[in-house]
Amino acid sequence: MNTEVVNSYIPIYVKAFLLTLKIGWVGVVLAFILGIAGAFVLYFKLPVLSALTRAYVELFRNTPLLVQLFFIYYGLPVLGFKINAEVCGAVGLGLLGGSYMTESIRSGLDAVPKIQTESAVSLGMSRSQTFLSVILPQAFSISIPALVANVIFLLKETSVFSAISLMDLMFTAKDLIGLYYNTTESLFLLVVFYIIMLLPVSFAGSMIEKKMRFKMFGDGKHGI
Amino acid sequence: MGFEVLLKGKNPVRLLAGLGVALRISLISVVISILLGLIIGTLMTMKNPLIHAVSRIYLEIVRIMPQMVLLFIVFFGFTKMTGHNLSAEVSSVIVFSFWGTAEMADLVRGCLTSIPAIQYESSKALGLSRVQTYRYVIIPQIIRRLLPLSINLITRMIKTTSLIMMIGIVEVLKVGQQIIEANRKTSPHAAFGVFAAIFILYFLACWPISCLSKYLEKRWEN
Repeated sequence: MNTEVVNSYIPIYVKAFLLTLKIGWVGVVLAFILGIAGAFVLYFKLPVLSALTRAYVELFRNTPLLVQLFFIYYGLPVLGFKINAEVCGAVGLGLLGGSYMTESIRSGLDAVPKIQTESAVSLGMSRSQTFLSVILPQAFSISIPALVANVIFLLKETSVFSAISLMDLMFTAKDLIGLYYNTTESLFLLVVFYIIMLLPVSFAGSMIEKKMRFKMFGDGKHGI
Repeated sequence: MGFEVLLKGKNPVRLLAGLGVALRISLISVVISILLGLIIGTLMTMKNPLIHAVSRIYLEIVRIMPQMVLLFIVFFGFTKMTGHNLSAEVSSVIVFSFWGTAEMADLVRGCLTSIPAIQYESSKALGLSRVQTYRYVIIPQIIRRLLPLSINLITRMIKTTSLIMMIGIVEVLKVGQQIIEANRKTSPHAAFGVFAAIFILYFLACWPISCLSKYLEKRWEN
């Protein structure tokens, strides 16, 4: 490996890295917003919206992001919806992530035993108090491992953005390999930057999982 | 809207054949992943510190490296390092099996460690031999927990194989692009119809499998 080549490539990669990071995290935030909204719709069984949410979740969970992006980026402009590649990437990632987040948050809410609601009501708590201070915190701590896994999954999925010609890390690597044949250096930097992007998230995720486990009483199976 | 190109000439057959290429690669990878995953997952439950360390590193690599990056490393990196040309199909099977094996092994490890010790103790108390314990008590429970999860892995594998177009394999997305290019003059709106069709094709390939996995999980819950 040629260190001079590596050094000269670093600024190009940093630029691509920042773009990937930006779109990735905007996508993750969008996914959380959609996921929370979707989970509430399903949990409270709102009419009509529930059916729509379920259809959305099934549709986006069972198709690859690459296909979704192609449809949004190349297919929709035909109908007059033109969006630029960056927005398309973030929206596509947000839509994909929203379907996963909806499932994870909803199953967290469902996992809180019914007796919790009944006990809260018998203590004289209102409906909103019960939901906000009894159900939600427990549901959240149950969902944490799944949410962390989703965030990591979404950040990894940013690697397909190059397909809609976004100048992300993958695109940069492919471009540099094609231009100068410095395959080893290009791939090395690609791996390094993905490690910088994901290793902290992975560690932070494991730590949050450990910290949040205190909310589970007993063996975490019956005593929640 | 561009749906008319879908039925033109051999286009429907070509699109389905393209999906077939992706499905074939994912099925080969799934079979390899499940077999290797069962072995490696069982090894991971051993208390040997070396196995523990190696498997931790392996799982962490798979956890944080995008499959796309692994695909590039194998497809471009291998050729660069050894001088031998690895075909795109072989590279993708290697990468997806590498990834799938880790996922499967983690599932197997999780299932094995979730069987409470009391199950083994009770079997012993009932006078079952080691083989009988596994045959009648442990393995049936493991299969019930593992089967829905491994079926789910199949849909994830199918979705991931859409990446193979990025290393030049002609699969359904690539065929779609070719159809759009070829009909640019006669039907300029083909992009919508073709990509919508591919979207639905992938959904039809994955959804029934997801439903089966969910059904089995519900049925065997207790």
